[in-house]
Formats: sequence, C-alpha cells, structure tokens
Amino acid sequence: MSNIKADGFIDITDVVCPITFVKVKVAIEELEQGQILEIQMNEGESIQNVPRSLKDEGHRVVSVESNDDSTFTVFVEKGGLV
Amino acid sequence: MAEVNYKELKKGGFMPQVQKDCFSLRLRVAGGNIQANQLLKVTEIADNFGQGYVHMTSRQGIEIPFIKFADVEIVKRELDEVGLQTGACGPRVRTITACQGVNVCPSGLIDTTSLAKELDNRYFAKELPHKFKIGVTGCKNNCLKAEENDLGIKGGVRPIWHKDECNFCRLCEAVCPIQAIKVQKNNQVVTLDKEKCNYCGKCVKACPVQSWDGESGFIISVGGLFGNRIAIGKQVFSFISSKEQLFKVIDKTLEFFQKYGKKSERFRNTLDRVGWEIFEKELEVRNIE
Repeated sequence: MSNIKADGFIDITDVVCPITFVKVKVAIEELEQGQILEIQMNEGESIQNVPRSLKDEGHRVVSVESNDDSTFTVFVEKGGLV
Repeated sequence: MAEVNYKELKKGGFMPQVQKDCFSLRLRVAGGNIQANQLLKVTEIADNFGQGYVHMTSRQGIEIPFIKFADVEIVKRELDEVGLQTGACGPRVRTITACQGVNVCPSGLIDTTSLAKELDNRYFAKELPHKFKIGVTGCKNNCLKAEENDLGIKGGVRPIWHKDECNFCRLCEAVCPIQAIKVQKNNQVVTLDKEKCNYCGKCVKACPVQSWDGESGFIISVGGLFGNRIAIGKQVFSFISSKEQLFKVIDKTLEFFQKYGKKSERFRNTLDRVGWEIFEKELEVRNIE
C-alpha cells in the first residue's frame, strides 16, 4: 500500500456520475491548499472522469493505486496545479 | 400548369410529399450548426409558406414541410437572404454531420465543426452512383456514430510520453481502456504498446502534469450502412495525422466509388461485390500514414 499520508478520505464507490464529483468537491472544500485527499473510486466511468475534473479544477493527482477489486485509490493534492 | 420536374426539384432539396404539389424543403446544414438569424428565417418561411413547423431530420438537417410548388422560387430567394441553401437528396454526397468537437466538448480531440464545413465545401452534393453519407465524430465516445456512415471520421490522438514532466502517479495506466500503458514507478519508466493503442487520448486528457501529449488526427471507417441493410463501417486505414492526407483518402474513395459502383448501389455493396482487397490495393492503404 501507499506511504502517502492523507489529510482526508472519501469513498465514492457507492455513487454514480455526477454525484461522484460532487462528493469529491465537497470533501476537497474541507481541506487546506496543499493537503491530500484520498479517494476510493470505481473503475470505468469514475476513474475516467473524476481525475480529469479534478485537473480542470486545479487539483493534482499524485498517486493512483489499483486495489484489484475493481476500485482505485487516488491521492489528490488540493490546488496542486494552481 | 407548368410541367413539374420532380428529379430537378429533388436534386435541389425539395422532397416530394404524399400530398400532391407539396414539398418538404431540405436545408443545407454542415455539422449540425445553424446561425440564430438563419433559424429565424426558417421560422418565417415555415409560418408563411409551410404549416408553421419544421422537421428535424435524422442526420442533423432541417426540413420545412408543405412548401407549395408555386412558392419554390420565392422560398429559395428568402433563404438566400440569410445565406441558407437547399439541401441534397438523391445519388450524391449528403449532409455532413458532426458533433461539437474540441471547441465545445471536454472529450473532443479534433475540430469537427471546421472539418464538417470544409468537407461540405469540398464534397457536398457531389454526384455518385448512390447516396453517400459522411459523418465526423470528435473522439472514441462516437456520439456521431462514425461507423454508420459510408465514410466516417473519428478524432484521435497519437500519444507521446515525456519523462521530464512525469510524476509516475499511474493515472494513465488506470484510465487506459485497453491496458496499453504500463507504469514502472520504481524504475521511473512508462511504456506504451503502440500496436495496441486505439488513439482515444484518455491518457493525454487525464495526465495531471502534461507528461502525455501528442498529435491529433483522424481514424477513417468506410462502408457503413444503416438502412435496408445494416452494416458497420470498417477501419481499413491506419491513423491519419494530416488534413491533406485525409482529403486525399476521401478523394480517392469517392473516385473508387465512381469507377466501380453500379447505379443505385450503396458503397458498402460495391465494396463487397468488387472486393475490399481491390479497394485497399487501389488506395494503397498500407502506404497511407
């Protein structure tokens, strides 16, 4: 597993687009610039779209780990692209 | 009453209706875009010369039904005022369809709107053995159903990886729909299986640090049909990276259809009858890059 220390965690494996990104947005609001959010998300639509939306909003994906159960754990730095 | 030349009228976009002396007037539209002022004129014509409604066609066109034969010339003049023209029916290149493409859609990889206009300028209403449909879709999502067309164009990107920018986050590996990318974080190596790559551009779009970029281009399919016979267009050319090359391929494809197609035979049926290998040979498919 990762040795990245996250400042927040959200699981969006139980929701579908567009709620996936809405939940992530709310979770990232809670953090300070430069802090890390850990997101558990599904393969397919979520992994295709959520990280791309994060990029558009100026947040930087720092690591993606496949969990071998059709989910990914994605670490995102708030404002990391600004 | 003057003799009605139905063939000439049909050629010019006036479709004969069940009702005698009435025509459904098809407009020339490229890429599904029409200016707002033109749309106002369409409204006016539908109110004054039709029955106050328009029909949206299956291929992004507009038809104004119930235009009387006696009004054909005046309606044409009215259209001309706002730069609108009548559409094409019969054995020729039809409406060029397109999605909104890279200028509007976050998924888009090519400028479908400009391309549709260019294709319209070059090929619209060109006479052929049978109808010929060209459609442009901006990416692999295929909203415009490229393979339904006699010739379909799909936007793609040939990705290139740049080591200096890469943070080895593995997002590209996760988003690649065909597992063509492998990221070795420890060795700081990223590999792309170029044979496998389908040019969908998801790696480029997803990459948080612009480590992936590449040139956009076109994936062509030929022989699609979605009428009496249903057949999916086949991709016989490799990735085409320049517009000049794209037009060259289309020119040659239309020449082939002109040369081998029987009257009233759709392109797919010509390909099946004459042989796909003859088509590939004549177009020097292997040499197109």
